[in-house]
Amino acid sequence: MEVPILKQGAVLIATFQAALSDADLNQLRMGLVQQVVKFRSRAVIVDVTAMDVMDSFASRTLREIALMIRLRGAETVIVGIQPEVAFAMVQLGLTLEGVATALDLEEGLAYLNEEFKTTS
Amino acid sequence: MSAGEIRVAINSDQDIVLARQKGRVMATELGFSTGDATLIATAISELARNIISYARKGQITLKMVNGLNRQGISVIATDDGPGIPDIRQALRDGFSTSGSLGLGLPGVRRLMDEFEITSQPGRGTIVAVKKWRQ
Repeated sequence: MEVPILKQGAVLIATFQAALSDADLNQLRMGLVQQVVKFRSRAVIVDVTAMDVMDSFASRTLREIALMIRLRGAETVIVGIQPEVAFAMVQLGLTLEGVATALDLEEGLAYLNEEFKTTS
Repeated sequence: MSAGEIRVAINSDQDIVLARQKGRVMATELGFSTGDATLIATAISELARNIISYARKGQITLKMVNGLNRQGISVIATDDGPGIPDIRQALRDGFSTSGSLGLGLPGVRRLMDEFEITSQPGRGTIVAVKKWRQ
């Protein structure tokens, strides 16, 4: 399953679908980092609004994506975690510690704009 | 009302997605809230993932169950894999033998209302969980 990646200035926006398999997630992990390199992006927003389940694998992959992108010198913000998904994640013990999150795409972009101001 | 019984063969990572989708549909049909259906789908995802990680293949069975004056969903994950030598250890947070996060079983236990596990080394594992409708 293809994950659409949109380029918006220095920011890449990846929109995750509901039915991503492990193979899709693995592919995405490499794909996103390569795109960050290609476009010299300063940040990535991963929009998970459509994801109805975030299990241990999906959560670990998101965390790895964020860490890899940080090593590349860019930032990652996860946006759109649904309330019931957040509840299930906490019950499972998945916290996405150390990864920036925001309510939705708009808030994610606003957060990044603030970050860019303080770093440039 | 009878939602019947659904069996999903778990042979690949695609089947993990399929099993949790079927579980969500059944939970919704049984009248579970969106929140509870999400907990159930997440638990199914973890159980199916354990099958793939440790036994490579197995089965998830979903069915409606009747309690005294309540209805619920039963999820049974079975495999003929290597089994779990020390169940108590496997139920502790942070324990894993396959390099995964190792939160699987204790996490699933927290997501559901009832949790039962039987495992024999060399014979396989059965994890049976239930959630009751509020």
